[in-house]
Amino acid sequence: MKRIILIIFILSINSQFFGQDLLDILDNETPKTENIVTATFKGTRILNGHSIENRKDKELEFIISHRFGRVNLGFDELFGLDQSNIRFALEYGFNDNLTIGFGRSSFEKIYDSFLKYSLLKQKNGENSFPFAVSLFGSVALKTLKDYDPSDKRTFAESLFYVGQVLIARKVNPSFSYQITPTYVHRNTVRINADPHDIFALGFGTRIKLSKRVSFNSEYYVAFNESKSIDARNSLALGIDIETGGHVFQLILSNAITMIEKSFITESTGDFFGGDIHFGFNISRTF
Amino acid sequence: MKIIYTILMCFLFVNVSNSQKQFLTKNGAITFFSSTTMADIKADNNQVLSIIDASNGKMAIIILMKSFMFKKALMQEHFNENYVESDLFPKATFKGEILNFETIKNSETKLEVKGSITIHGKRKEIIIPATFIRSENTIFVKGEFNLLLSDYNIKIPSIVSKKIAKELKVTFEFNHKPYKK
Repeated sequence: MKRIILIIFILSINSQFFGQDLLDILDNETPKTENIVTATFKGTRILNGHSIENRKDKELEFIISHRFGRVNLGFDELFGLDQSNIRFALEYGFNDNLTIGFGRSSFEKIYDSFLKYSLLKQKNGENSFPFAVSLFGSVALKTLKDYDPSDKRTFAESLFYVGQVLIARKVNPSFSYQITPTYVHRNTVRINADPHDIFALGFGTRIKLSKRVSFNSEYYVAFNESKSIDARNSLALGIDIETGGHVFQLILSNAITMIEKSFITESTGDFFGGDIHFGFNISRTF
Repeated sequence: MKIIYTILMCFLFVNVSNSQKQFLTKNGAITFFSSTTMADIKADNNQVLSIIDASNGKMAIIILMKSFMFKKALMQEHFNENYVESDLFPKATFKGEILNFETIKNSETKLEVKGSITIHGKRKEIIIPATFIRSENTIFVKGEFNLLLSDYNIKIPSIVSKKIAKELKVTFEFNHKPYKK
């Protein structure tokens, strides 16, 4: 009995004089919450192609993108700056997970529209999940009349479809990557040997250089390319600069176009041969 | 010998009663305001943890940075990514003591809380005026103070310096209940 009392006493002294720190008690009481990983990429584009990121709830964004001509055209063309392809687009977030967008590119006078849905979020903490998945679908209408007048195209014949599964992981605050299986369907092709369906796989990375600047790269491998053109895989390297409500992207790419059906399947530039297009994306959120 | 045991037992009971004198809340409210001529920004956190040890007036607070809710999701992302760097510094803490704790009455009692606050990995000594009300089963505390961002190494880039105040107004309101382990 004496011993028991002594032991209890020692224990009680212990908790009384070497009692738990109040902060430790709070630490233990902190609920284990799941933590959704945000800002895997800063913009809704990695460079040319889409990232898993969506517009936020009820946000309207106006995006202006430019791609100039090839830098190896020389001084007479001011290293490509005399030519330019421009795309204007409005993008709107129905909620944090669903974005709709409409755009118009000057190249081939293409109208495009897309839907992007965030299916799964990367999470850590409780119920952790290792990567994020978004689904992307777009329809593009080519209105440039670059065909024989006798062979007039119908509306349906001028359509292109793209489906993508965007899979991304933010490894740590300064490195994220994305893998993008892609399917492109073209209702009309130039010659019969060209495939109507093209499968491609995209790879993208973001490396944070400072709090507001990151280096991005993006590469799309197309598995069955068109025969009528000297198609090449598209490569883009660029810098993201974030300034409050804007993300400003400076891009070097062998593609002059900014929509999936074009830059994934119709790029002909040889990046390392100097067929590089300088360009930028500017977004303004309202 | 019996006397010694009696004393020991007394210690025990003191200890038991002491352990019931901690008061805790898990849904304390903290709001901060940034006000400039260009923009007003407000963020609420209703999941603040706070504890008071009624035996000695010591107090501790834990604030999870990702629990601050902003009106615009993009602001919240910027707050966590660029300003407080929540991945590196997930929580802010306060540790200190309530001066003259024993004078708290069942009506509004104005006192000061002295201690150190840690935000964004930077620690700073601080004295915060607060109003307390103590009843049998609650210790209520509320107050407000100003916080200088530069004290905590939180930098505002010049391009947004007109929209974000250098000094934030912080209000808090905690209703502590007896804490059972």
